Amino acid sequence: MRKRIVRTAGLVACSGLSGSVLANGWNMPVGVTDVSREIHSLHMIIFWICVVIGIVVFGAMFYSLFRYRRSRGAKAANFHEHTTVEVIWTLIPILILVAMAIPATATLKTMYDASEADLDVMITGQQWRWRYSYLGEEVAFTSNMATSRSQVSGESAKGENYLLEVDEPLVLPVDRKVRLLMTSDDVIHSWWVPDLAVKQDAVPGFVNENWVRINEPGIYRGQCAELCGRDHAFMPVVVEAVEPERFDAWLAERKEAAAQEALGVDREWELDELMERGEQVYSSICASCHQPDGSGSPPAFPALAGNQAILDDPDYHIDTVVNGVSGTAMPAFRSTLNPVELAAVITYERNAWGNETGDAIQPADIAELLDDE
Amino acid sequence: MASHLPPRPTAQQNQADAGGMAVDEHHHYGPRGLKRWLLTTNHKEIGTLYLIFSLTMFFIGGIFAMVVRAELFQPGLQLVEPEFFNQMTTMHGLIMVFGAVMPAFVGLANWMVPLQIGAPDMALPRLNNFSFWLLPVAFALLLSTLVMPGGAPNFGWTFYAPLSTTYAPPSTTFFIFSLHLAGISSILGAINIIATILNLRAPGMRMMDMPLFVWTWLITAFLLIAVMPVLAGVITMMLLDINFGTSFFNAAGGGDPVLFQHLFWFFGHPEVYIMILPAFGIVSVIIPTFARKRLFGYASMVYATASIAILSFLVWAHHMFVVGLPLVAELFFMYSTMLIAVPTGVKVFNWITTLFRGSLTFEPPMLFALAFVVLFTIGGFSGLMLAISPADFQYHDTYFVVAHFHYVLVPGAVFAIMAAVYYWLPKWTGHYPHTRLSQWHFWLSVIGVNLTFFPMHFAGLAGMPRRIPDYALQFADFNMVTSIGAFIFGASQLLFVVVVVLCVRGGEKAPAKAWDGAEDLEWTVPSPAPLHTFETPPHFEPHRH
Repeated sequence: MRKRIVRTAGLVACSGLSGSVLANGWNMPVGVTDVSREIHSLHMIIFWICVVIGIVVFGAMFYSLFRYRRSRGAKAANFHEHTTVEVIWTLIPILILVAMAIPATATLKTMYDASEADLDVMITGQQWRWRYSYLGEEVAFTSNMATSRSQVSGESAKGENYLLEVDEPLVLPVDRKVRLLMTSDDVIHSWWVPDLAVKQDAVPGFVNENWVRINEPGIYRGQCAELCGRDHAFMPVVVEAVEPERFDAWLAERKEAAAQEALGVDREWELDELMERGEQVYSSICASCHQPDGSGSPPAFPALAGNQAILDDPDYHIDTVVNGVSGTAMPAFRSTLNPVELAAVITYERNAWGNETGDAIQPADIAELLDDE
Repeated sequence: MASHLPPRPTAQQNQADAGGMAVDEHHHYGPRGLKRWLLTTNHKEIGTLYLIFSLTMFFIGGIFAMVVRAELFQPGLQLVEPEFFNQMTTMHGLIMVFGAVMPAFVGLANWMVPLQIGAPDMALPRLNNFSFWLLPVAFALLLSTLVMPGGAPNFGWTFYAPLSTTYAPPSTTFFIFSLHLAGISSILGAINIIATILNLRAPGMRMMDMPLFVWTWLITAFLLIAVMPVLAGVITMMLLDINFGTSFFNAAGGGDPVLFQHLFWFFGHPEVYIMILPAFGIVSVIIPTFARKRLFGYASMVYATASIAILSFLVWAHHMFVVGLPLVAELFFMYSTMLIAVPTGVKVFNWITTLFRGSLTFEPPMLFALAFVVLFTIGGFSGLMLAISPADFQYHDTYFVVAHFHYVLVPGAVFAIMAAVYYWLPKWTGHYPHTRLSQWHFWLSVIGVNLTFFPMHFAGLAGMPRRIPDYALQFADFNMVTSIGAFIFGASQLLFVVVVVLCVRGGEKAPAKAWDGAEDLEWTVPSPAPLHTFETPPHFEPHRH
């Protein structure tokens, strides 16, 4: 333990050098976790090692370039081998590398120890949003970019957190160890928040593990780091770190709301309420591919407006949304959306943009379908 | 002249089927015009074809980069849609790697390996013709995807599955076919280079007497033969996933997307050394010439090159530190990657010691070679930082990585290629390149390259991911500087074309030994080198190394 403190102190002292030289916004953030601090220190140590080597090597080079110009009358010497020198400049780099590998190994071991977490959060990447689910707590939601398209196109002024703001941030408690489990519904994404020093690929069909213990409350922003298709740039991550008491209160509130929505499954829903709820779901989940006006972008993303295949056959429409279409970009939404959301969005798609089937798909029917399968 | 050579099978065949035209092996015979270039088996003509092809691709790939930089000039989407932006980054990478840098080195090898070892031609001249003519076909096919429905490949030059399989545009099958063709071309070219170097050296030239450019290419050719089949395998698996219902990389069918990355980088990491080892060779030939002093540590240079080549097979997963590797794999790949710094360091120290107590002049090839040493080393430093696996969790997939690999590829590989062109232009054309224009080209390139790629380090460290068409406001200044630098660098390459064209058409006449410190065999033949050289093998005096 004592050794560890000494080592950490050494790292911090070394990285302190950097603070004045490289102001914020030019360098890797120190971050708000113990791991992020250690990584920042490793980064600064290896950086300064490179600077020192660079001064020596380039110094020798530029000295030679000025001193031994033919225009200054330099005559070439005739040496071309020196075994001792060669051995020395092979061994010294090895020693430097070993010295560097030791703290790096220790940090890596810490980063890989995700055991004894207080809270498990499942993070699922989807083109192009994140879905967060607090395991064992029945609380789950999707987090979409909140920056408007008019800011992107330049029709309106860009806000302070342009491209780095979401409709619902991931809320996490400070001072608790949170295990982050990552997966994806479609292509590979990568969940990254620089201040937390967590970057982990979300790979479809596999679950990756990382963890974080945040030291300071605050809002930390990042984005998807792995090219994931068209809107890769528009898939931000926002983490709101709050005091544990506030977190517990927030979680209880969200559980209550989820329970309320679950009750709604059993009752009969009017077309208007379904349309209203459906529009919300559509614009946050479906519009990025099928477009807000349902026109799609064929051939990858078919139009929904006037799409006779779905309009003529409600069962086919429901099956497509619930189970996805294998081998295409259409994911299954059965585990992403609840029965109310599924029924509402299908109803919306069957009645918006001139699709006037008049069908009101009932959440109870969807729930039954999900139970049967 | 020809009587000194062993009888060739072609001569026998020509006598056997000497119908209509009186065909003989005499070098004055040959078709004219387009057919001359289509059918040529001469290493110098094929070398020229490779170099012209490479320069063309360099400009096409460069235009794609200019589109990317224009869009990134300021935040917001101004010029292109994200779909097209992704096609531009992807095509830029593919064209530059497979169409510009690799063929440029093969072109230089075609021209210079026979001349440096005193061979009359490549060992397999017809195969040589075939290797080249596969390339225009492959890249015409690849470029044609830009006008196909659904657009060109848009999944990055690393084409990670399943973005490049289940979620890919229909043109991906064409992309796979074109990469197969380019791969076959590389394998055949590599076989040819190995056969030439092992069999056709001048009498008296031992392996350890070969110029370093020849050595580095020999090792590179083995790397190519080892890894191009792996690339062929992985793209064939993609082809099957896309068109034949297999699930190699589709988790829903029991496959594994990460398997793709292991296979890709098992090819991909040796591939990046394929693009730098011949550059080491070029610089190791040029620096002694203009230092007028033998290369320091010739043997250790050869061993360092071989070590780097062997290590290149053991480091692939450092591209995958955040995909969820087990701890032991992270540690193994971190240590093996750090080790590469050792032989690479030896090379840099040897170059600098060659300069030390030399008699230096700064002709254009030397300027580019010296810039290579400095700027490649900067790329090496950021490579060492990236090797530190815990820190890579922050660096990975950011502009820091983009800065790193552009430093080793542009002022690395590309500057070495330009150094080689300036160095050997007198031998190819009989004229020296225009000095003042060459210097302008050099300084504009150096300024442009650093203005382009140095700010990328800061953008990456500050948190900007790569491959995004739009970015948060705190990255705006870095991106604007980068874009300005990119435009300067791009425009200054037009000057390069001017210099080359002027040099082909005229200029100060060069003697056989165009540079007074140059010692290798190519400087014993006239400038410009006649179409056929060393028909009688020269006698090689092993005095230099």
